[in-house]
Amino acid sequence: MKIEVKDIDFYYGSFHALKNISMGIEQNKVVAFIGPSGCGKSTFLRLFNRMNDLIPDTRLTGQILIDGKDVYAPKVEVDVLRKEIGMVFQRPNPFPMSIFENVAYGLRVNGVKDKVFIAQRVEETLRGAALWDEVKDKLKASAYALSGGQQQRLCIARAMAVSPSVLLMDEPASALDPISTAKVEELIRELRKELTIIIVTHNMQQAARVSDKTAFFYMGEMVEYDDTKVIFTHPRKTETQNYITGRFG
Amino acid sequence: MVRFIENELSSLRDEVVQMWNLVYSQLQRAKTAVINLDRKAAQQIAVRERRVDAFDLKIDSDVEDYIALYTPVAVDLRFVLAMLKINTDLERIGDYADGIARFVGDVEVDAIDAALLKDLQLEEMFGIVFDMMEGLQHAFVTENVEEAFTALAQDDMLDKMNRAATTALVEYARKNPDDVALCLALGGVVRKLERTGDHMTNIAEEIIFYVDAKVLKHAEKMRTREQGDDVEV
Repeated sequence: MKIEVKDIDFYYGSFHALKNISMGIEQNKVVAFIGPSGCGKSTFLRLFNRMNDLIPDTRLTGQILIDGKDVYAPKVEVDVLRKEIGMVFQRPNPFPMSIFENVAYGLRVNGVKDKVFIAQRVEETLRGAALWDEVKDKLKASAYALSGGQQQRLCIARAMAVSPSVLLMDEPASALDPISTAKVEELIRELRKELTIIIVTHNMQQAARVSDKTAFFYMGEMVEYDDTKVIFTHPRKTETQNYITGRFG
Repeated sequence: MVRFIENELSSLRDEVVQMWNLVYSQLQRAKTAVINLDRKAAQQIAVRERRVDAFDLKIDSDVEDYIALYTPVAVDLRFVLAMLKINTDLERIGDYADGIARFVGDVEVDAIDAALLKDLQLEEMFGIVFDMMEGLQHAFVTENVEEAFTALAQDDMLDKMNRAATTALVEYARKNPDDVALCLALGGVVRKLERTGDHMTNIAEEIIFYVDAKVLKHAEKMRTREQGDDVEV
């Protein structure tokens, strides 16, 4: 198991946001988290790279192990952890710098100074993010000059540049048009060969298309977690069926 | 609950029920036509066959629209797939009723030997087919899987009667060589009723599939193969 989650409970103050969640995620698999707004899926996703650490008055119990190591162990340095566990957000958030520098950024902050290596890695990563052909002639242009879809793929490339083994994606295509969405989805399928990916999405069809396994969350509980084919053809729980068929509530 | 999704699925179900009723009435006429050699009833079947075909196309098209517009999953997906297949089965049953009507139109005698009709158990076969159609329609509308399973057993009875009827026809033809053509045509009628039972079995399996997500198709054959027995083709 690449990732093991054991008995996770999470609180925002007195609000019990995640309730006794345990799951295993295999290496090189894509897992989709689905569920209505406020069900806790994004909160859960953000636990994997400790993005909730800075939110005041929160409390976590349980364990998240990645490659057998506890993400919340006292000795873990969050910077190092986030190099291992990349994240892509709902809205593309390129840095206010050139396309090249956006991708090189992670390498530079990690102390890489070899210009040839950086240039090589930037090209490799942009190719990996299926963006190279579109930007190779304007690497020095501002990242803001790219379209929304291109910016999102640039952000994926930026996350990939430091060779993470896990990529967290929080609704990565919700702000994109269908063509850009298709490119991001294709990219997810490609990246699976190198990475373990967890994606939060409100788009049922997207979860069905890109993921190997799907977890359905409702009111802080993980109601069902199974192969995506099972979830979308004959889910075991009525709540899951009601949600994915649009009969929720 | 999203009402428009429910409404769409509900109207699709209603259309299939209407198709079902139409095909059922076609078979009822077919019974009258063949037992009494009623050519008027046979003509009515031929005329109504066009309506069956039109319904078939309409349901196919509505299922296609539903899939394209609503991208159903889980029980909704199983439901629309089942509607597509049930529709095809019903259309084929409609074809059999039409085939029986053609037999009545083509046959050159005024009446069929009552003793032969009794030996063929045609009325009983029609009775079982009607029972299956009624029971399965109820199972379909109420999503009652137990009722759907009952139909599977009824089909076995039709298979046995089909075999017995073939033997009776061979015997009759041997004794009445002038009626060989009639016997062959009657064999066709019996065979159509037996095939109707097979299609009703398919429908039962589709109902079970969409309600319970269980696939029974070919289960019997697979079991037979696993036991190393010969498979009846």
